[in-house]
Amino acid sequence: MDPNKVIICRCSDVSLQDLYDLFEEGYTTFEELKRIKRVGMGPCQANTCGKMVQWEIAKYFEKPLESVEFHNMRPFTMGVKLKAIKEAADDEE
Amino acid sequence: MKNKPLPTHADVVIIGGGVSGCSIAWNLANQGQKNIVVIEREYFTSGATGRCGAGVRQQWSTKANCILAKKSVEFFENAQEILDYDGDVEFKQEGYLIVSSTPEETAQFKKNVALQNSLGIPSKLLTKEEAKEIVPHLNTDVINAATFCKTDGHLNPFTMTDAYYKAAARLGVEFFTYTTVEDIDAKDGAIQAVKTDKGTIATNVVVNAAGGWSKEVGEMVGVDIPVYSRNHEILVTEPVEKMQGPMVISFSQNIYCQQTPHGAFIMGRGDKDAPKGHDMSSSWKFLDEMSRTVTRLLPPIGELRVIRQWGGLYNMSPDHQPIISGTDALKGFYIACGFSGHGFMLAPMTGLLLSELILGKTPSLPMDDMALDRFEGKEITELETSVV
Repeated sequence: MDPNKVIICRCSDVSLQDLYDLFEEGYTTFEELKRIKRVGMGPCQANTCGKMVQWEIAKYFEKPLESVEFHNMRPFTMGVKLKAIKEAADDEE
Repeated sequence: MKNKPLPTHADVVIIGGGVSGCSIAWNLANQGQKNIVVIEREYFTSGATGRCGAGVRQQWSTKANCILAKKSVEFFENAQEILDYDGDVEFKQEGYLIVSSTPEETAQFKKNVALQNSLGIPSKLLTKEEAKEIVPHLNTDVINAATFCKTDGHLNPFTMTDAYYKAAARLGVEFFTYTTVEDIDAKDGAIQAVKTDKGTIATNVVVNAAGGWSKEVGEMVGVDIPVYSRNHEILVTEPVEKMQGPMVISFSQNIYCQQTPHGAFIMGRGDKDAPKGHDMSSSWKFLDEMSRTVTRLLPPIGELRVIRQWGGLYNMSPDHQPIISGTDALKGFYIACGFSGHGFMLAPMTGLLLSELILGKTPSLPMDDMALDRFEGKEITELETSVV
């Protein structure tokens, strides 16, 4: 399958070919890929693409999957409106 | 990054792969310096650079910060071409709108604008009605007035640093990521070597561009740098259609908030009660305070969903101006730290000035206000007040 047509990160529209290009340029860790191409930084917070990115790094560099460090997961796991956070904070008082 | 073996000798070793370290490396190489090595503990921008609010402004309250910022903006305007970058540094000049909350704050802003204008920075004082014309969703009930500088704006910290890195690498600078500096050897008042977890590099020149850890790097050679680090938290929303041109900030309400060219809103604030140190965790307190502050000042932003929050270190100096300096006591030890939350936007001048010092040239600007020894036995006479 044409790697240009394989979308890895739907939020940030990053294709498999984009990952290959970054690997060739020398960006080899998930954290580096995130910062150059925003892969995994959209609304789903890599909940969709995270495992695929890890898998593709492992395949490309012929490393065991478990040796490829997953990205640093940060809050939130899903989007929450600022207004809702404010209202919840007000309710607690 | 795929790293080569560490060299055994270098003419200059730069500690820190943030925007400052990469800018210093490129500026040195661009002036002909050879055998430069940059050591980064994690990946490029993993410290304060990649955690910052991605803003670039020239509206400061001290002369030194104003001049450094103005000359840095002049570089950013041409950075893409100068560094021949194949990506996009996403420099967007749609201004910074700084709102005041009280007549007293407005009075300070008038002084700031007078200083800025005297240095050629095109800022101006606005009524709150004029401010609302620039940001229509601004709640004018909670502000007194504003200042605006149209040439301030947004810049992508990751790609800007990447641009410096790639340009420097083309000039022969060697970069080593995921490599930790463990100690620095000095003898008879001169630098001898840098010890890392991947080997030792003999060198006579070390640049401390370690950001939040610069004090600790100074301690490795017994140089006391009067800085401390403190967590500042920040969040990002889902990307949405363009609705806000400038960065909106308030020192008294403790917020900065901008929409990036990519569509997401980034907003952050400080917490004076946060402990000094290297904690970079995310807190509920920040979310509670930020959601209240932003829905009060910019009410429609409340409809946006937060997708991620994080923290990063401000490296604070006593007068909130950077330390860009050599050291009297130790030959070959240079420092670029204490940026107090605005090192990203000053990086072009940090790199230029420090490289000139290292190469023994006359610096492009007087550097007394940035010297390490400016604090010794002196009262702080000029304190930068325009810091969130």
